[in-house]
Amino acid sequence: MIDQTFIGFRLPPHTQVVEKGRLRFFARAIGETNPVYLQEEAAKAAGWVSLPVPPTFLFCLDMERDNPYDYMDTLGIELGKVLHGEQRFNYYQVACAGDRLTFDSRITDIYQKKAGALEFVVRDTAVFRESDESNRKKLADLRSTIIIRHR
Amino acid sequence: MRTDVDTATFEVGDEIPPLSTPPVSRLTLALYAGASGDHNPIHVDLDFARYHGMDDVFAHGMLASAYLGRMLTNWLPQDTLISFGMRFVAISHVHDKLSCQGRITERFKEAGEQRAWLELSVINQHGETKVVGDALVRLSTPMLQHP
Repeated sequence: MIDQTFIGFRLPPHTQVVEKGRLRFFARAIGETNPVYLQEEAAKAAGWVSLPVPPTFLFCLDMERDNPYDYMDTLGIELGKVLHGEQRFNYYQVACAGDRLTFDSRITDIYQKKAGALEFVVRDTAVFRESDESNRKKLADLRSTIIIRHR
Repeated sequence: MRTDVDTATFEVGDEIPPLSTPPVSRLTLALYAGASGDHNPIHVDLDFARYHGMDDVFAHGMLASAYLGRMLTNWLPQDTLISFGMRFVAISHVHDKLSCQGRITERFKEAGEQRAWLELSVINQHGETKVVGDALVRLSTPMLQHP
């Protein structure tokens, strides 16, 4: 059983720079055909400063930290038993290639169902865009729920 | 706003143009693992998946979510998206052919703009639901990219 005292546990914040090449790789991997996500000229013609970060890619950028499974290790969760249960994104701005984004996560809930056969861990992540030292604006909030299978 | 979609005419019940995708292959999963940065071996390493009681590797939930995102951004520009959520109700397997669909469930005025709630789903070729989701979009006054 996962120790519930980990509710409130804060992961070390990390900062990522959004790379154009990586966005194109992601676009190709998901079969994207919309030129706004593949060609910088098309993105600019649509009003973006560069390739926009597509809706679900913030989740991926958060996995760019040294060990994306770090909190599972800390909580004693075996990766092979983990399923993604739910995901939510709330957006305040759209990020583009070249942006510096900081991710700040906390474990916000731990609970179980089916007499402990399934455990759930909820993690909330605030994402900030860092324009310069003094300018830091909230870009999005992410909520991720993972399920740990015990059987 | 783009000029080829007239959001003023949107009504509850209207369907979002659906998105079909090719069957999930092991290559799809390998490319998604690399591009997404989610290197969990359960999605690409058969030995690891079997050791953990699965019959085969299976798709990342976020792959199906990315397909839903594609459907949304094919329909409306991305800065109309306020909230986007999904629940993974069944595992998407290798060879599943995933299709995305959605419709408008509510239309209302909030914060001085027209908004709509959307109901979303991803199903496979047998009609089995894999992901259910929702999204809140603005139908007017897109936010500025760099406010």
